[in-house]
Amino acid sequence: MIGLGNYLTVAAILFVLGVLGIFLNRRNVILMLMAIELILLAVNINLVAFSAFLGDLTGQVMAMFVLTVAAAEAAIGLAILVIFFRRRGSIAVDQADRMRG
Amino acid sequence: MIALLAFYLFSFVMIASAVCVIFARNPVHSVLWLILAFFNAAGLMLIAGAEFIALLLVIVYVGAVAVLFLFVVMMLNIDFASLRSGFTRNLPFGIILALALLSEMLIALMAWKAGPGISGAAPPPTPQPNIVMLGELLYSRYLFPFELAGLILLVAMIGAIVLTHRSRGDVRTPKVSRQLRADPEKAIKLSNPGVGEGMKL
Repeated sequence: MIGLGNYLTVAAILFVLGVLGIFLNRRNVILMLMAIELILLAVNINLVAFSAFLGDLTGQVMAMFVLTVAAAEAAIGLAILVIFFRRRGSIAVDQADRMRG
Repeated sequence: MIALLAFYLFSFVMIASAVCVIFARNPVHSVLWLILAFFNAAGLMLIAGAEFIALLLVIVYVGAVAVLFLFVVMMLNIDFASLRSGFTRNLPFGIILALALLSEMLIALMAWKAGPGISGAAPPPTPQPNIVMLGELLYSRYLFPFELAGLILLVAMIGAIVLTHRSRGDVRTPKVSRQLRADPEKAIKLSNPGVGEGMKL
C-alpha cells in the first residue's frame, strides 16, 4: 500500500532535481525559475502528503499559500527577466555585476 | 492495487519529466516537460485525496505559470546555446552534490519514525468532500492569511505591470484638445463645381 514514505521519497527526488537544475543552469534564468518551480512543487507534495496522512487539512491550506507565492514569484521573476533582457540584450545572469562595488 | 500502480506511474513520469526539464536543450521543450510534471504531480495529489489542490495545481501552474514561461521564452530572442557553456563543466560536481543531498534526505527519512498520529498505511477516510472541508477551514480559521494571499497576488500583478510597462517615444497619439478645437470653417472642403462655373475660394 502507498505509505507516507513513498510520497516523501518522491518529493525528495523532485527537490534534489530542482537543486541540480539551479546548479547546472547557472547562466540561464528561465531554467533557474523553472527549477525553483520544481522545488516548490516538491514542497507542495510533502505538505499534501502529511496533510492526508495526518487527517489534518492545514497542510493543504499551506500548500495553497505556497502555490500563491510561487505564482507571484514567477510573475515578478519573469518581469525582471524581461526588463533585464531589454537593457542588456541577453539573459546571462553571471554577467549581471554592474552593481558590484 | 490500482492506486499503487497509478502512484508509481505518476511518480515515475513526474521524475522523468523533471529530469527532462533540466536537461532539455530547447527551453520551449523544458516548459512542456514542466507542464507534464505538473499534471503528474496533480495525479499524485489526487491519489492522496487532495482533490482541490490537485485541480488548483493544474489550473494555476499549467493554465497561468507555464503559459507565462512559454510567452517569455518565445517572446525574447535569446541565444540559448551560449547560455549552456558551463553546463558540462558543472555536470560531474553537480551530480555528486545532488547525490549527496538525496542520500542525506533518504537517510533522514529512514531514521524518521512516524508519530502516533500518523497511521502510516493509508490516508484515513474523510467524512465530507475535500473541497467542503477546505472551504470551511479557509473561510473561518485561515481567513486572514487567505486575504493576505490575495494581497500578495495583487502586489505581484501591479509589480509585474509597473516593471515591464514602458512609454514608447515613437508612438503618435491623437491630441484630443486640438481635435476638439478644430473649426469646420477652416477645414478643407470637398466641393464638386459644375462645368464652367468655377470655384469660390
